[in-house]
Amino acid sequence: MNALQPVEHHTHYAIHLLEPDDFDAWRERARALVQCDVPPDRVTWIEPGGSGDLFADGERQLPVRSDGAAPVRASKRFVRLAKNAILHSDPDRFALLYRLLWRLQGNPQVMEDKADPDVRRIEELDKNVRRDSHKMHAFVRFRLVETEEDGPEHYVAWFEPEHHILRANAGFFVRRFANMRWSILTPQESLHWDGEALVEGPPAQRSDAPSGDPTEDLWRKYYASIFNPARLKVGAMMREMPRKYWKNMPEASLIPELVAGAQGRESQMVAAGSLEFDARPETLGAIETALHACRKCPIGELENSSVMGEGPRGAQKFSGLMIVGEQPGDQEDLAGRPFVGPAGQLLDLHLERVGIDRSSAYVTNAVKHFKYVQRGKRRIHQSPAAKEIDTCRWWLEAERSIVQPKLILTMGASAARAMLGKTVSITKARGAPIMLSDGSELWVTAHPSYLLRLDGAAREEQARMFDADLAAVKARLAELAN
Amino acid sequence: MSQKSIIDRLAILADAAKYDASCASSGTAKKNSLGGKGIGSTEGMGICHAYAPDGRCISLLKLLLTNHCIFDCHYCINRKSSNVERARFTPQEIVDLTLSFYRRNYIEGLFLSSGIIKSSNHTMEQLVETARILREEHDFRGYIHLKTIPEADPELVHQAGLYADRVSINVELPTDSGLVKLAPDKNAQQIEGAMGGMKMAIRQAKDEKKRFRHAPRFAPAGQSTQMIVGADAATDADIVGKASRLYDNFRLRRVYYSAFSPIPDASAVLPLKRPPLIREHRLYQSDWLMRFYGYQPSEVMQATEADGNLPLDIDPKLAWALKFRERFPVDVNRASREDLLRVPGLGVKAVNQIVASRRHRTLRLDDVARLTVSITKVRPFICALDWRPVMLTDRADLRALLAPKREQLELFSA
Repeated sequence: MNALQPVEHHTHYAIHLLEPDDFDAWRERARALVQCDVPPDRVTWIEPGGSGDLFADGERQLPVRSDGAAPVRASKRFVRLAKNAILHSDPDRFALLYRLLWRLQGNPQVMEDKADPDVRRIEELDKNVRRDSHKMHAFVRFRLVETEEDGPEHYVAWFEPEHHILRANAGFFVRRFANMRWSILTPQESLHWDGEALVEGPPAQRSDAPSGDPTEDLWRKYYASIFNPARLKVGAMMREMPRKYWKNMPEASLIPELVAGAQGRESQMVAAGSLEFDARPETLGAIETALHACRKCPIGELENSSVMGEGPRGAQKFSGLMIVGEQPGDQEDLAGRPFVGPAGQLLDLHLERVGIDRSSAYVTNAVKHFKYVQRGKRRIHQSPAAKEIDTCRWWLEAERSIVQPKLILTMGASAARAMLGKTVSITKARGAPIMLSDGSELWVTAHPSYLLRLDGAAREEQARMFDADLAAVKARLAELAN
Repeated sequence: MSQKSIIDRLAILADAAKYDASCASSGTAKKNSLGGKGIGSTEGMGICHAYAPDGRCISLLKLLLTNHCIFDCHYCINRKSSNVERARFTPQEIVDLTLSFYRRNYIEGLFLSSGIIKSSNHTMEQLVETARILREEHDFRGYIHLKTIPEADPELVHQAGLYADRVSINVELPTDSGLVKLAPDKNAQQIEGAMGGMKMAIRQAKDEKKRFRHAPRFAPAGQSTQMIVGADAATDADIVGKASRLYDNFRLRRVYYSAFSPIPDASAVLPLKRPPLIREHRLYQSDWLMRFYGYQPSEVMQATEADGNLPLDIDPKLAWALKFRERFPVDVNRASREDLLRVPGLGVKAVNQIVASRRHRTLRLDDVARLTVSITKVRPFICALDWRPVMLTDRADLRALLAPKREQLELFSA
């Protein structure tokens, strides 16, 4: 150091700062101290409200620096970190910054030594302040204040920052809410923006800020609804939103009940969609037995019995064709066999006409129970809902994995849905195979009961198309057999 | 039927949006409301305004315009055949909600998605209209993320890009076969076609911006996508492969992984169990390895086990290091940055600090300890001036030594 002015040895200097966050004032003092060659261990820095020092009661006059004193050097990185670190609430921050500045004069590279304890510390302060600032940007919650009718809306927030960050972050709120009138109140000071100018005010108390805002009900509802109870991760939330911030965030009051209720809500979610099937039965007989007990959907609760598919039990007699209808009707339910009622008789007629031997095919339904509404003594057929078809699909898949058809013919939209898991248009899909993932083929056609509902020319037309589909299936079966 | 109140509809349509993993509001062009008539700013880095107890950040008002849907995707609570309660908002209602939340500093902006109603075009029009009202009528300068509908008219999708900061198109499932099985109304080619179109539009807008200062901004935060994990049989290797192809082919900013969570009224073809959250976490870690640590997708796949999945008990970086022990120890005083980045326990920041510090001193183990979170984890894989881990690296039980102890259920860690 080349301070020419003699410095009194062992003198301590106590520097009083007027603001806890005023970097420029600190810099001016620090510069003078360096130029007067005052080593860090002989300076005490005192912020407003801070305690004094054992050696110096008042601010001792600094020695006068000579005109020829070398300029004080500081790396850009130091200045950048120091500007932010000085906002920290640690009373030792000024001394740390001065020590580093002092060391920078002898070793301009000191800031690049990441393992140096002083460098580590200033980075830590900087990081804490950045985090606090970031949390302020995030966790300030404005409330709308009642104002006189014609005046602009006024939004007021109460916030308790950990460090002296309010003024340094005013710009963020000005840029974001430039055309809004707002105030941020803190225990240290307050800020007011009227759309044009920023005014600093005195410290405030929590009671100075408004206590509620009807929009908070909406916000809390949103917060509770966007939370997925099946993904509870309280630790992750606590890391990012520590409890100390909660008291000023309207949504935080919900956290305990959301956490407490999460497991219950999750099991409800699972239970609401749950279909606890046991292991898939390995024989058709086992399926039939289990079907009688199936209550996975509302149809099972009706007074009916289940109707199992039927077909040849020997491999030689099986042509490889599986025919899937919609669901058993009244007569099927009473007989306990598929396709014995009017639609079944019509199907038999067409199969015979085309030359398909029904007894060589496995005939079953997408839904295994009869769905109906009771009208007097009559049970009126009801189409199964998509959900019911999807549920019963499990049984159909079980049958299919045992029967192992080469070709599946579904009749009607419900049956097609049971195979594909989606609703297809019969008109568009008929006449060509749909390849299934196991290598078998799916052909779709209309349901014979549809034909029963038609008359005259329309019925003739549909009957002709139905025959054409059956004929195509027959031809394809023959090809597959070779 | 009488219309439900705003708050009831908010509950339904926010609940319907909770399965969407994306929340980011980062990476867009800087803007603020100085000199404008409205409110809002974006400063590059997004802000998480709150965290839900599921650990996820709440940065945007994430909503569905409606949860009515003509599609029938099995993993989706809003599918046509689901019995879930339905509701819808008008664009104006969404705008009002967004602005009143934004003014109170609850959010960074809006993330709007929707079930498909009437037609893809009709739905897309409503999404675009919401963004238009925000931007044009209210001069809103906050963040807008729009989910685009792949089947919609490209002109509509283009308009979405003009209003939004980010657009996303969900690939939904990692394999085409999974998509066929679980999202029968969707089409992989159409989805990727839409992503390709979006990539071209973003690139073109960037070029124009270079040449003409007043060229309109187009989705300055780029495009992202979401994949559902655990609903089908795809392995982690499949997923990593798919993600890296998406990054390469479509210049995506992010691929989000959403662990399939049980949905009420689920379809019978889906697994009903707790979502594989750890698996999702491992996938995000592998995503980071590719995006920030210089790992090739093939290298991440090397870290998978025989079944094609990443180990759940240790992170993928450690898994890779244990498989390629010959690459270690790495000398912290001499090794290249690339090699240092391979050391389990050393993050990008720690590596940068090591590289900066070693210009000034030869690092000892203590020095490294000061720069890392846990030296125990790092020690077996590095050499320093006073440290060689010869015995440790070859130990057969190294994995057991380094794997974290089984933790208590997260519920009780609060």
